[in-house]
Amino acid sequence: MADAAGHLLDHHEAGSTWVGKSIPRVEDASLLSGRGRFIDDLGVRPGTLHAAILRSPHAHADIVSIDISAAKQSPGVVAVLTGEDVTSLTTSLVVGVKAPVECWPIAVGRVRYVGEPVAVIVATDRYLAEDAADLIDVQYRPRPVVCDPLAALSPDAPVLHDGFKGNVASDRTFRYGDPEQAFASAAHRISIDIRYPRNSCTPIETYGVVADYDAGEDAYDVLSNFQGPFSIHAVLSRALRVPGNRLRLRTPPDSGGSFGVKQGVFPYIVLIAAAARAADRPVKWIEDRLEHLTASVSATNRATTLSAAVSDDGRILALDWDQVEDCGAHLRAPEPATLYRMHGNLTGAYDIRHLKVRNRVVVTNKTPTGLNRGFGGPQVYFALERLVQRIAVELNLDPLDVIRRNLVAAGAFPYRTASGALLDSGDYQEAIRRGVVEGGLAALKARRDAARAQGRLYGIGYTAVVEPSVSNMGYITTVLTPAERRKAGPKNGAQATATISIDPVGSVSVHVSSVPQGQGHRTVLSQVVADVFGLTPSDIRVNTELDTTKDAWSIASGNYASRFAPAVAGTAKLAAERIAQRLACIAASQLNTEVDDIAFVAGHVGSKRNPDNKVSFSRLAGLSHWSPGALPDGVGQTIRETVFWTPPELTAPDDADHINSSLCHGFIFDFCGVEIDRVTLQTRIDRYVTMHDCGTILHPAMVDGQIRGGFAQALGAALYEEFAYAPDGSFLTGTFADYLLPTTMEVPDPLILHMQTPSPFTPLGAKGVGEGNCMSTPVCIANAVADALATKDIDLPLVPAKLADIVRGAEPAPPAGRAADTKRTGDRSLRGEGQATVAASAERVWAMLLDPATLQAVIPGCHHVEKLSDTHFRAEVTLGIGPVKGRYRAEVRLSDLDPPHAVTLGGSAEGGLGFGGGEGRITLAPTASGGTSIHYVYEAAIGGKVASIGGRLLDGAARVIIGQFFASLARQAGGAAPNRSRGSFVAKLRRLFGGGR
Amino acid sequence: MSRLQAGRRHPVRFSLNGKPCTGEAEPRLLLTDFLRHQIGMTGTHVGCEHGVCGACTVSIDGSPARACLTLAAQVDGCEVRTVESLAPSAGRLGILQAAFKRNHALQCGFCTAGILMSLDCLLRDHPRPDEATIRDFLSGHLCRCTGYAPIIRAALEAAAEMAGDVSRETTHA
Amino acid sequence: MKPAAFDYVRAETLDEALEVLRQEGSDARIIAGGQSLMAMLNMRLARPRTLIDIMRLPELARIDAKGDTIVVGAGVRQAALLAWPELGRSLQLVALALPWTGHAQTRSRGTVCGSIAHADPSAELPLVLQALGGEVHLRSAKRRRRVAAREFFAGMMTTVRAEDELIEAVSFPAAQQRCAFREVARRHGDFAIVAAAAVQTAAGVRLAVGGVADMPVARDFPRLEGSALDEALNAFAYELDARDDVHATARYRRDLVRLIGRDLVREVLP
Ligand code: FES
Ligand code: FES
Repeated sequence: MADAAGHLLDHHEAGSTWVGKSIPRVEDASLLSGRGRFIDDLGVRPGTLHAAILRSPHAHADIVSIDISAAKQSPGVVAVLTGEDVTSLTTSLVVGVKAPVECWPIAVGRVRYVGEPVAVIVATDRYLAEDAADLIDVQYRPRPVVCDPLAALSPDAPVLHDGFKGNVASDRTFRYGDPEQAFASAAHRISIDIRYPRNSCTPIETYGVVADYDAGEDAYDVLSNFQGPFSIHAVLSRALRVPGNRLRLRTPPDSGGSFGVKQGVFPYIVLIAAAARAADRPVKWIEDRLEHLTASVSATNRATTLSAAVSDDGRILALDWDQVEDCGAHLRAPEPATLYRMHGNLTGAYDIRHLKVRNRVVVTNKTPTGLNRGFGGPQVYFALERLVQRIAVELNLDPLDVIRRNLVAAGAFPYRTASGALLDSGDYQEAIRRGVVEGGLAALKARRDAARAQGRLYGIGYTAVVEPSVSNMGYITTVLTPAERRKAGPKNGAQATATISIDPVGSVSVHVSSVPQGQGHRTVLSQVVADVFGLTPSDIRVNTELDTTKDAWSIASGNYASRFAPAVAGTAKLAAERIAQRLACIAASQLNTEVDDIAFVAGHVGSKRNPDNKVSFSRLAGLSHWSPGALPDGVGQTIRETVFWTPPELTAPDDADHINSSLCHGFIFDFCGVEIDRVTLQTRIDRYVTMHDCGTILHPAMVDGQIRGGFAQALGAALYEEFAYAPDGSFLTGTFADYLLPTTMEVPDPLILHMQTPSPFTPLGAKGVGEGNCMSTPVCIANAVADALATKDIDLPLVPAKLADIVRGAEPAPPAGRAADTKRTGDRSLRGEGQATVAASAERVWAMLLDPATLQAVIPGCHHVEKLSDTHFRAEVTLGIGPVKGRYRAEVRLSDLDPPHAVTLGGSAEGGLGFGGGEGRITLAPTASGGTSIHYVYEAAIGGKVASIGGRLLDGAARVIIGQFFASLARQAGGAAPNRSRGSFVAKLRRLFGGGR
Repeated sequence: MSRLQAGRRHPVRFSLNGKPCTGEAEPRLLLTDFLRHQIGMTGTHVGCEHGVCGACTVSIDGSPARACLTLAAQVDGCEVRTVESLAPSAGRLGILQAAFKRNHALQCGFCTAGILMSLDCLLRDHPRPDEATIRDFLSGHLCRCTGYAPIIRAALEAAAEMAGDVSRETTHA
Repeated sequence: MKPAAFDYVRAETLDEALEVLRQEGSDARIIAGGQSLMAMLNMRLARPRTLIDIMRLPELARIDAKGDTIVVGAGVRQAALLAWPELGRSLQLVALALPWTGHAQTRSRGTVCGSIAHADPSAELPLVLQALGGEVHLRSAKRRRRVAAREFFAGMMTTVRAEDELIEAVSFPAAQQRCAFREVARRHGDFAIVAAAAVQTAAGVRLAVGGVADMPVARDFPRLEGSALDEALNAFAYELDARDDVHATARYRRDLVRLIGRDLVREVLP
């Protein structure tokens, strides 16, 4: 038969199930032939317009003015929206804490992060929209910036939102058991301070939105590769000022990865919907990669101090968490969920009864945060598992022994953690035992010892983590006080939705509101439903597109928190079973037997006792259509069945703040061996073993695919990826050449091991599996590196340069006569100095510096200079190096004048490629030959677009341009430029500094 | 000399997947946008538009190339092949595609077209690449879903099959 | 992320290209393989008024061995040079370094001269040209000239090429000496944090380093051993005026110059 599962049929014995087999995916054939239907592949209504977004180059600034007049005249432009327009068409997005703070999808009066939308330009095509964006003139007044979460707590930190106390959006403390007593009586208190960096799982397909507004019905129709949770639908309809039934939100058939990230498209849904309304035409926006990296969404970065009360033998008696969560510039829904997703799991895989927690949420001048694979897990486990490693080091114990000694006992399930999670099932000791044996730990230790004997830097790391899945929609309310919760009304549960339909010829269709982005949901659902009906997966058609006006859905719909296998697939099974139950009744009456005797086998429904007594499935299943009167009384139709399923275990937080934050809890035990190259300091994963217990496995190849994919992303987080910001809030990793995703050359194949302890709480016994390695792997690698280097302080990502001081100690001193390099690490200001000798006298040079005509001639690329006062000039300049060029508006001020000896030149420039500011001191000294020696020192800083996408080139570019300035000053003053062929002062500098001749 | 003026569309004639093709493009139109939105061949994807992710990789005159770093005007007279050319016929998969399917070498499938086109070019020129060669060749592609191992496996299997080491019945789509 | 508008000139003769350059100067840009330029156009970092495509000129698409000089025309793609059968024998250093330039998917389009014209301080080909003491053949409507590599690079993405000139070819001395190459990048195929090439000379060794200063820098060393070599390399490392960025610190770059430099010197002067 010509179907995907065809060749597997031979191996599919009657009585066995499709679930549990790695059948080929139904999704693959079209994806492999270029027939996918991603959002940008779908046709749009004729006349659809295209949007481009102008974004802030500043991390924090007031918008003084926005001039859109030229942009509006630009060819093809239909509408230009600024913050004011958007506020007039929409309402602020709701904020997840109780505070008088607004959250708009576009800057209103003030920008708070680099990349924040400032204007939306709608034109007949994207090229023209970007042309017009270039013509918008925005004047900013920069404000002080705060980027660091701990600095944001300081009373004198710049404040982002007046509605928060300082920059603190939430500050809650929790206490479970008797932590004070445990700490007081424990033999040891062991602590660790960690900083978890910002990163993101960056799907290869970016965000997309197509929005249409029907003024006649006051209704929006939006297509977007949004991934859920559909609780956001309520946020959107409120923001768009329509009832929920007037916001039709649809998803395309295919989505190019998400990993949580495409939840963050929702502010753009509001923005593009508003643009469609303003333009009175459908508007399409496909985010580009620069926009995505700079401003889509990020995981939170977090500063944590974690302390443990520990007995001599390494038993952890209590934990004390102090977490400061950085949610970026706005607290966007569902934040601060990242911080609370793990609240029930703050004790990890360990039996720790006493717990103290302080959770603070701060805002800083960075991109707002949101869902990202692992969601809070990486941040928590990095602290917890680093601490466990430190306990072993400080107490001179084997780290694996410390892990084992603290695990939840095998017989203790379901186990209630101190903060309220109900760990459903597991046998952690057995998983570790098998992992150690099947993963070859003994051989790995021998490898490490051999490597160390040769003087190599080799270490082993371990982690044990509990992987929560199927989030309780109520966990986020743990951020509220019990009193606030009582006022707001209860929130809990996790409604999953599935619909089974049977058409008149008996073919079966499945719809779920799961919104996959490549996880193969359609394949798994075809297996699950085929098993119920005794059919083959190819008989089942599955649709996972979601249309909120036609499909069954609820707030928990969508694809996040690893909820598909445990919740959605199980719900489809329940729906299929309901229909199967009715079909069995109909069959029993037709075949003259009892319902219990009915079996669904190989396309037939028949008697178990007498297999020849049967009827074809399609004939039986079509009966509800063709002859409803022939159905036995009271059985009901078999045309369509929708099941909503929510697990009773997911209750709202109680008054003591206990919260069962997730339904299922898988277990992961990882260990790895790493080597750090002594020359390059690069960390190489020598061996990685990951043992998973994710309950019942529905499709082994997909489970392994999830593990490998999560592992690769986690490897990226551990070694390569960081959304880096300069202290001034400039974003530094705005391209894929700076935000580094691992490639085939960097990702080893981990050894994946399994055991299966079914969850008693889910219909199929399955648990989530997609996020675990994002939680376990970064810290496992960090522990291995800590072991290799015998160091405590490990910061992710493990950029090799960070290890130089640890591995090599102090740097060799510079040769005599050369000052040591005094720059502080991470300081991005450019400093330089130089000198030129000209034939003219000091007086003449002095006069030139104060003369606009000379300035115009010597400022590189200067179009004209306007003298505003004797010491204040304004200039229009085109600056650039190589092909990179941009036009800037520059202000130059002279100060500290000491004629004709010295002057300070301060300036700033702003243009399409970014902005810069700097100051230089010029001193003039007569030379013996009657000329003048000009000496200059400068310090400059550059930000904006060019900093985020061309950071690598900046220093050199600034030096070239500043060099050009003095070279032409020297030329004007009659001084021979030192090297005619170069025509550049830089040449002299180069020779001074040993430029290779 | 021909000067194609900014702001106007000019004809581009080239061979697309073995058939002559004519379209119209402004000088600045990227080959990605040209293929996807003018010709309607949406199998070639766009992930970064700055030449790093590889999602847009097509074959130009037999070599893998970034369509996002190529102007439509530049392929005038060239032979361009895209993922749409790989299947022997509708409803069937080629050897490489089938190997990807067997090995679960794709999840979301967004990176896949580019990777297939790179491998297709590689296997035409080097029938028996070893794993190191394949890894090096594919290092110009980013896949965020699979962790790469199944892709490497699929490539090795397809190479072996094309070289005649393994025979397999044609796989149906 | 779409380019700003420009005219596109498909030159059918070299003179046509030179004439456009003469008239439009820095408002025009040559596009060959476009692998550096196109990304800058897409990001609107560069917005030339005119692009001049020189890839239809057969006279530029040649690799010629002239005596002990190898001349690589402006139309020669990196992949074509890599596939040139003589490469390993005549230009061993190029053979070592070229696989580090980008990826197969960019080498297939990117040209050798284009990379040198772009003058990225981390790029491999400018480094190799510098290490081997090659020459750049410049041509304008008015004149032809050759510039030694050590004169050609003038700073970050800045060269002495005049606005009306294009690079017609570059030439490498066909080196018979021992040579070695090493590169450290964050990931394979990324821009070098440090790339280094060593070539044996009559007096000792020439060491060229890319990725650290604003341009690739070559330095001749006499034959040195032990601590004298370490001191010389340390001085060289400091002279390069390394900077911090998100991928590496100045100290780390100097470490690599010292450590890789020593390895390479030992490799070519055994
Ligand atoms: S879209 Fe062309 S390489 Fe990413
Ligand atoms: S399969 Fe999703 S990016 Fe590769």
